[in-house]
Amino acid sequence: MAEPLVRIKNLFKVFGDNPESVIPMVEAGQSKDEILAATGHTLGLQNINLDINKGEIFVIMGLSGSGKSTLIRHFNRLIDPTQGHIFVDGVDVMKFSARELQDFRRHKMSMVFQRFGLLPHHSVLENVGYGLSIQGLSKDKVKEKAMHWLDAVGLGGYEDQYPSQLSGGQQQRVGLARALCTDAEILLMDEAFSALDPLIRREMQDQLISLQHKLHKTIIFITHDLDEALRLGDKIAILRDGKLIQVGNPEDILLHPADDYVEAFVHDVNRTKVLTAAHVVNKTLLTLTGRTSPQQALEKIRERHADYACVLDGKSLKGIITLGEAERALSEGAGYIADYVSNVNCVPDSAELEALLPRLLVGKDDQPIGVTNEEGEFTGMVSRRRMAEFVS
Amino acid sequence: MAGESWLTEFPKMSREGLLAIRKSLDATYRDFSREYGESIETIFDPLLTFLIWFEKLLLNTPWPLIIIAITALAYFASRSWKLSLGVIVSFLLIGYFGMWEDTMRTLSIITVCTMLSIALGIPVGIMMARSDRVQSTVTPMLDIMQTMPAFVYLIPVVMLLGIGRIPGVIAVVIYAIPPVIRLTNLGIRLVDREVLEAATSYGASPTQRLMGVQLPLAMPTIMAGINQTIMMSLAMVVIASMIGVKGLGQPVLKSITNQYFTLGLFNGLAIVALAIIFDRVSQAYAKRTQKHMEGTDHG
Repeated sequence: MAEPLVRIKNLFKVFGDNPESVIPMVEAGQSKDEILAATGHTLGLQNINLDINKGEIFVIMGLSGSGKSTLIRHFNRLIDPTQGHIFVDGVDVMKFSARELQDFRRHKMSMVFQRFGLLPHHSVLENVGYGLSIQGLSKDKVKEKAMHWLDAVGLGGYEDQYPSQLSGGQQQRVGLARALCTDAEILLMDEAFSALDPLIRREMQDQLISLQHKLHKTIIFITHDLDEALRLGDKIAILRDGKLIQVGNPEDILLHPADDYVEAFVHDVNRTKVLTAAHVVNKTLLTLTGRTSPQQALEKIRERHADYACVLDGKSLKGIITLGEAERALSEGAGYIADYVSNVNCVPDSAELEALLPRLLVGKDDQPIGVTNEEGEFTGMVSRRRMAEFVS
Repeated sequence: MAGESWLTEFPKMSREGLLAIRKSLDATYRDFSREYGESIETIFDPLLTFLIWFEKLLLNTPWPLIIIAITALAYFASRSWKLSLGVIVSFLLIGYFGMWEDTMRTLSIITVCTMLSIALGIPVGIMMARSDRVQSTVTPMLDIMQTMPAFVYLIPVVMLLGIGRIPGVIAVVIYAIPPVIRLTNLGIRLVDREVLEAATSYGASPTQRLMGVQLPLAMPTIMAGINQTIMMSLAMVVIASMIGVKGLGQPVLKSITNQYFTLGLFNGLAIVALAIIFDRVSQAYAKRTQKHMEGTDHG
């Protein structure tokens, strides 16, 4: 395993007059409420450990008050931890001098804010170029780059407007362009799309995904919206009362919630929108080729108590042969089963279940659907029964 | 009963004691002013020179030129023909009723006082915004400056520097500077936290944050403070005239002591006219330059 790009180690954050004095209590395992009652200090984050790999979208999700906004501000030290370490590229960010920290913020990380955080007295173009202009780059250079990123987020032509003249979605695009303009490797997004209405939010998520396909940034994304987390995240960390409860990929979270809290969270999620064919595909299937004899086919199907078998042609799916058809082939005395194979629909494994579901339901009888990978190779089948296990 | 007199009559200090305090304080201050009065006066010499130069400039320039200059200033600040026309009419009336010279004197002292208040007040306001400790020490001082009757702090200033323009300027600045300090502090503290965080997260240095984010965003509030400061220094010209500041205040003072109602009214109205012009022009300017900052929320 390669070294993670960002690593947070044993991080604690206590708010109050004398935060250090409370650390022993935290370490002794007292709860947030007990500490608040005894000392008047608020425990913001406790013992956070995170590894974030290069190029992934890492979503930190939690409800309000869970400490997620506090946590993301630790990455670029807008908030300093009470105790703990933050490593970026193996360097301890906590050891930076004021000057080094300033440089680090200028070149390594950029941030997108929930309420956009645009400078109202600067034009859109100046806002996008803000990061570069405070680095002291020449005006022409800043303008050129800012124009490029403004175009990239689809706001070309708005450069002379002021933020207040734009809609919420457009303002956040400016925020995104500003973050991309400094070419920072790591993008911090603090509830970046939460203030937008659902339609625009979806649009922005799509835009972020397509930008990420091109740019391969490391994105740390904060949200309270599980749908958003599942849609964007390569990895998801769930935060509750300042503690990490579960870290895993979206399917882990959805299919194996760590505790009741996460379970309650994922309960209402529309799984058909999150899971794809790749998640539900049944790979342990009986496969035959067109040249299998009816006798053999029948035996194998009966052996497995199956209703059908897949028939492959090389690596791709030719179709299926049902038990009935195999019996007919045998009684008609055919040499091979090839002529008794019926065609089935195929979908790529990236297809969302939402799209898969109607095709399964309208198919005749219990006709399953084949699933293929990116190269068009057969990976397995999805049946109604299998689907029901996941969706319910 | 002894207890009764103790309850009805406040147990006060003896007359001798009070007298001793008065005597020693007065004597100390008198000695101090005799000792250092002149050297302190020399500190203010450049200011005095500038004041006299500026007053002479206004007095010696032909009146049509002054009206044209002020109108042009008003127009470029506000871009309003109505306001500019108002300025012309007011100044013509002021001149016609024989108050031109006094108005020019007042204008010069107000301008100097305002510039001085801004130059001192904004840095103090910035320091207050940066540190809660500075804020908690400066705030009571501002309270004193605003509520202490002007006559009370006129006494030591006059003892120290005598009668004339400089003590007048000092008295006016003491009275008029609190709003610009308070509102600079308030304006900076009210700057949207997220905007400031954004600047910090892109690696802005403290100076870049102050000049590029905090001051520009606090500007509407600071402008309101400057506006108040101008108004208060205008209100102070009458009191300042008691210690020899020439201008519209002196005829007003004269009319109080001699019961000349019309004289007082005319000069008072001239002060009002100046105040309204200053107020409208500075407000219109502030509004025009801050236009794009209004209504950030379009939903």
